[in-house]
Amino acid sequence: MNDMRIAERAVDVNETKISARKVQVYYGDTHAIKDVDVDIEDRTVTAFIGPSGCGKSTFLRCLNRMNDTIDSARVEGTILLDGEDIYDRKVDPVQLRAKVGMVFQKPNPFPKSIYDNVAYGPKIHGLAKNKAELDEIVEKALRRGAIWDEVKDRLQAPGTGLSGGQQQRLCIARAVATEPEVLLMDEPCSALDPIATAQVEELIDELRQDYSVVIVTHSMQQAARVSQKTAFFHLGHLVEYDETGKIFTNPEDPRTESYITGRIG
Amino acid sequence: MTDLTQDMGEGASGPARPANSIFAQDARTKRRNAAERRFRMYGVIALGIGLVFLVALLFAIVRNGTPAFTQTFIHLPVELSEAKLDKNGNRDIEQIKKVSTFGYKPLIEDAVARALEENGIASPFEDAGDLTDLISSAAAAQIRDLVIANPDMIGETVEFRVLAASRVDGYFKGRVTRESLARDKNLDAEHLDVADALKDAGVIEREFNWDFILGADASESRPEQAGIGVAMLGSFFMMLVVLLLSLPIGVAASIYLEEFAPQNKFTDLIEVNISNLAAVPSIVFGILGLAVFIQFANLPQSAPLVGGLVLTLMTLPTIIISTRASLKAVPPSIRDAALGVGASKMQSVFHHVLPLAMPGILTGTIIGLAQALGETAPLLLIGMVGYIASNYPDGIASGFLDPNSAMPAQIYEWAKRADPAYYERAWGGIIILLVFLMTMNIIAIILRRRFERRW
Repeated sequence: MNDMRIAERAVDVNETKISARKVQVYYGDTHAIKDVDVDIEDRTVTAFIGPSGCGKSTFLRCLNRMNDTIDSARVEGTILLDGEDIYDRKVDPVQLRAKVGMVFQKPNPFPKSIYDNVAYGPKIHGLAKNKAELDEIVEKALRRGAIWDEVKDRLQAPGTGLSGGQQQRLCIARAVATEPEVLLMDEPCSALDPIATAQVEELIDELRQDYSVVIVTHSMQQAARVSQKTAFFHLGHLVEYDETGKIFTNPEDPRTESYITGRIG
Repeated sequence: MTDLTQDMGEGASGPARPANSIFAQDARTKRRNAAERRFRMYGVIALGIGLVFLVALLFAIVRNGTPAFTQTFIHLPVELSEAKLDKNGNRDIEQIKKVSTFGYKPLIEDAVARALEENGIASPFEDAGDLTDLISSAAAAQIRDLVIANPDMIGETVEFRVLAASRVDGYFKGRVTRESLARDKNLDAEHLDVADALKDAGVIEREFNWDFILGADASESRPEQAGIGVAMLGSFFMMLVVLLLSLPIGVAASIYLEEFAPQNKFTDLIEVNISNLAAVPSIVFGILGLAVFIQFANLPQSAPLVGGLVLTLMTLPTIIISTRASLKAVPPSIRDAALGVGASKMQSVFHHVLPLAMPGILTGTIIGLAQALGETAPLLLIGMVGYIASNYPDGIASGFLDPNSAMPAQIYEWAKRADPAYYERAWGGIIILLVFLMTMNIIAIILRRRFERRW
């Protein structure tokens, strides 16, 4: 735990982007998420930490209704995005997911060219009127994903031919290309080596300028490094949610303290 | 357990070598290794038996089938005598048509007699008519067709290439021997002497027979004339129906079941039933087709459309199963990725999942088609064994609703006929069928290679 630099943290108060109240998730008979209340702020990196199976990924997937694809999953409670209930009947999950982008644990570029990977989202959402505009969007997204310089000469090469870290940054570029407001990241660095991890973390910090970023991570160091707020999940409960500095230095709940000091988990 | 206690008992044999040395195999390891060697041997034996049968089968097919592709022909200058074909001499086509094939027989008689004379072969028969037994009865029709098409030729002497009678053909192919003719009323040993002499003179020749591949079936008494071409056309129409129906229906059903349908008891039931349908004997589909398409829907019998519909029913489970398997093989992360950037379910399937599953779907479809191409039993039940004796440019077998036959049904028909000459035709038909099947399988392999993408 020696590299837990909890520094450079602007503790200014941002507006609430996502507000969850009394969220319950069931997988069949299993009660996976119990009574979670959380307010996720705009232009902030929020980290979800906790032992495996504690429900942090499940909760993350509730935020853009990716759980809809699992037949047995059932969500109760309210999750408001800018004050609007995302589980309302009138909400089209497809539209929601354009606003709440997602990056997955395993880099999963489409087996298409780098260009097509990034251009796919803008294309299906009609964000570009012509080829020139699309080129511009792709370049901007790849620059945002901090991968432009590495791939600008081979945009037509297959995205699956990149290294793991490059693939993950390509996926981040793909996610930001649709101009989302919130970016959900489900353990984005678990398949990457330390160097690629550092690159992605740097990128996450930059993305904070424009987005609300929610990141699920198994690495407490990573949570400490990149996030401003941290939520600790345990057995489906949200145990503690506070400034990252406070969680890691002076947690209120004894379970949080046990986890970050390595006694449970 | 006994091995274990033994090993422990040997513990005191000295410090130089440990009791459980890795150089010495204990009894248990020896037994295990022996069992493995035995199992490998069984595998090799099983493989060997399979190979032996395969080689024997291929050898038999090639050996019995290749003679069907060549046929014995007789080159005969025939004088188209005006006195016999057009008595009035005014070239009235209606008058010429009145002369039946029987009226052409004397012309052939003369032609054969002259051929013998020219080549200095003495006829062993008193009656010149006996000599015409060397020639297929199809020859008269062949000459008549030409005369009706070109009445101006009457009066000229025209060189014809006519089919030899099937027994003469069989004699040169080794199927008919002088001994077997002793019990045969159609041909005598003297005929064979004449045939041998004509062969030496170059009048009789064995040549490649395109009519076997392109021609129509012939009656029981003229195996030398029979071809598989019309049946091939019937099979082609059927395959077209099968492809056009089973590919879209099968793929749509599998995409729905795999990607959209909820997982419940009902879809489980459908799934089990599709798997079972794939194992239903094809004759069951045949009787179903008979009941539904012909008796209930009143579609014509023997029509490639009906055959195609029945084979579609049979092929659908194969296509659905292979399509679902290849959809399943697409990693779920691709679907997540598409949904994650805001694609709809359908966009994620059609833009990303389906292209990746395409090689598997195509392979499954072609395998299904190949299976349907070789299917015989259901065709027998819906009467896809039409006897079509005319060639197809002007024949009747020209569409989806005209009566026709199919390649495997034609082969079955030939195998069933009494004349051993048809036996050779059946084997030849099998070679053609196998060539088609192999071509389809090669196409499947090429498509799979071409479309395969890695991720």
